[in-house]
Amino acid sequence: MANIGLYIELKEGVFKKSNRELLSLARKSGQPVHAVLFCPDVQPYLEELKGIQTVIQVQGADLTYQPDRYARTLAAVIQEFKLDIVCGIFSAQGKDLFPRLAAKAKAGLVNDCLAVDLDTRKAIKPVYSGKLLAEYQIDAGTALFTIRPNVIAVETTTATKTPEIKTVALDNGELQTKIVSVEKSASQKIDLTEAEIIVSGGRAMKGKENFAILEDLAKVLNGGLGASRAAVDAEYASADMQVGQTGKVVNPKLYIACGISGAIQHFVGMKTSKIIVAVNKDPEAPIFKKADYGIVGDLFTIVPLLKEEFKKVLS
Amino acid sequence: MNIYACIKQVPDTEASILIKDGKSINEAAIKWIVSPHDEYAIEEALKLKEKIPGSTLTAVCLGPERVQNALRTALAMGADHAVHVESSVALDSQNTARALAQVIRTDKEFGVIFMGKQAIDDDAYQLHILLAEELAIPVATNVMAFAFDGGKVRVEREIDEGAREVIDMAVPCVVAAAKGLNTPRYASMMGIMKAKKIEIKKTPLAETGVDEAQNKVRLLKLASPAEKPQGRIIAGEAADAVCELVRLLREEAKVI
Ligand SMILES: Cc1cc2nc3c(=O)[nH]c(=O)nc-3n(C[C@H](O)[C@H](O)[C@H](O)COP(=O)(O)OP(=O)(O)OC[C@H]3O[C@@H](n4cnc5c(N)ncnc54)[C@H](O)[C@@H]3O)c2cc1C
Ligand SMILES: Nc1ncnc2c1ncn2[C@@H]1O[C@H](COP(=O)(O)O)[C@@H](O)[C@H]1O
Repeated sequence: MANIGLYIELKEGVFKKSNRELLSLARKSGQPVHAVLFCPDVQPYLEELKGIQTVIQVQGADLTYQPDRYARTLAAVIQEFKLDIVCGIFSAQGKDLFPRLAAKAKAGLVNDCLAVDLDTRKAIKPVYSGKLLAEYQIDAGTALFTIRPNVIAVETTTATKTPEIKTVALDNGELQTKIVSVEKSASQKIDLTEAEIIVSGGRAMKGKENFAILEDLAKVLNGGLGASRAAVDAEYASADMQVGQTGKVVNPKLYIACGISGAIQHFVGMKTSKIIVAVNKDPEAPIFKKADYGIVGDLFTIVPLLKEEFKKVLS
Repeated sequence: MNIYACIKQVPDTEASILIKDGKSINEAAIKWIVSPHDEYAIEEALKLKEKIPGSTLTAVCLGPERVQNALRTALAMGADHAVHVESSVALDSQNTARALAQVIRTDKEFGVIFMGKQAIDDDAYQLHILLAEELAIPVATNVMAFAFDGGKVRVEREIDEGAREVIDMAVPCVVAAAKGLNTPRYASMMGIMKAKKIEIKKTPLAETGVDEAQNKVRLLKLASPAEKPQGRIIAGEAADAVCELVRLLREEAKVI
């Protein structure tokens, strides 16, 4: 029997939806599952956590994310609860926290997994920007895995058993790396790495103001807004919107690329999207070789029509 | 300040990657480059060096013989020294961190260590933090703004969509660069000539006390992802094509 730990990520108290993927994976393994939550009250989350063995609640006066404290606390939890494997989300926080935990718990870590086998401690992750898939195994010690959002099918559980709640205290040691503040962006944007639908624009947008038509489309679909590097470099879009090798890796159900040629460095950032749609006026554009559906035409005509059509069918 | 940049040599972003024996890639036709995020690291390191008189920049790279070209690139951009940790074996991130830490530790006065947020070959996303933990110094990754004032480092890093964390760290520390931090300079002709004359210091892996046998994370195999079948172009008048596309997304692909 291996003890499976899950780091449940809460964003300002909100249960991130990718946690359900971790829970689905762990429940399926049939091993005892222990979920760790840093929060003053676990009650609001118990419905989501049904059927697992323990909820480990980390308590402390100030539970705001500080990487050193979180990592040391989790390293102590691994010891106390004899966790053999710990999984988390490959999110901004997961990327920051898990390597710190790996160092503190002297554990091996594989980030950005597309599949994890909890019995054999094997995982598959993209390498060479997704041009290849690598299978890794962590033999000894605790094994850590972070899992890319939107890759594991979420299964609702029929389990009714409520987990046992145990509490541990937040580590209160010194902070080497101190987060002094978090500046939120003015507009509440959707997190691209977890978005289910993304509308993206390229150099063809020709101007910052023209991104408004993509934003309108994204809004109708409740999706996020992305961009190619050419669009970011031309300052039509902000750096946090860039998808690709030097930008974000995204994995939505639907990716709509508008006026993007489909260069390899862009493609590697969105290739695992379930469905790729391309709108481009050049029928020879490489993006059409990679898209599931394509429309050859001027995006300034197609995008507003698309918005109206989606609006119609979604209402 | 004794500034460091840890860089990795990786295949060019355009290169097609072929598997050789199930566990490694065919290196024959590959053009090698400095990993793109590591170029941001070198640039930021050079800016800091220019800001603090008397500073030096040392570029460090672990890998086989060929990585000396990456170190030459860093020297041509303006680094003063280069250290090649000679290793022809595959080390996991923890072991690589230990080997690099051994090299950097020999300098009692090392200052800021710049790295990239990820190397675009293994995309392991961890060496920067592991190195910092090994050296017991603070670290921030995914850094988009860097400032050094009054002996302290302040960085901004992107977290979720557009939100930015502001982080304060004492020196020494590790800063891992993301796109947006700066625009890397090109090496000048003079820089390239100068770089040719600088001797690259070689440290055999054995000297660091690290070996492959201590790897915790083991690569079992490499595989090519399944190719997507060729997609479909939806022909017709714009309005009709759009209707058809939306229908297909709903009824065939079932994504909306
Ligand atoms: C080291 C490195 C890293 C890189 N990292 C990234 C990265 O992370 N992300 C990234 O995206 N790129 C990256 N690139 C750049 C990449 O190689 C391409 O240059 C870039 O993706 C091109 O962007 P684009 O498709 O918007 O522009 P273009 O290639 O110029 O394509 C514009 C497209 O718009 C079409 N078009 C023009 N007008 C219209 C219209 N009115 N309606 C419809 N279609 C129209 C054109 O037919 C064309 O296909 C990187 C490059 C390097 C060297
Ligand atoms: N072999 C290496 N030698 C020196 N620095 C490295 C090496 N591998 C990775 N790095 C540094 O660590 C960063 C993160 O790499 P990774 O964790 O492998 O994605 C890279 O951007 C480099 O700055």
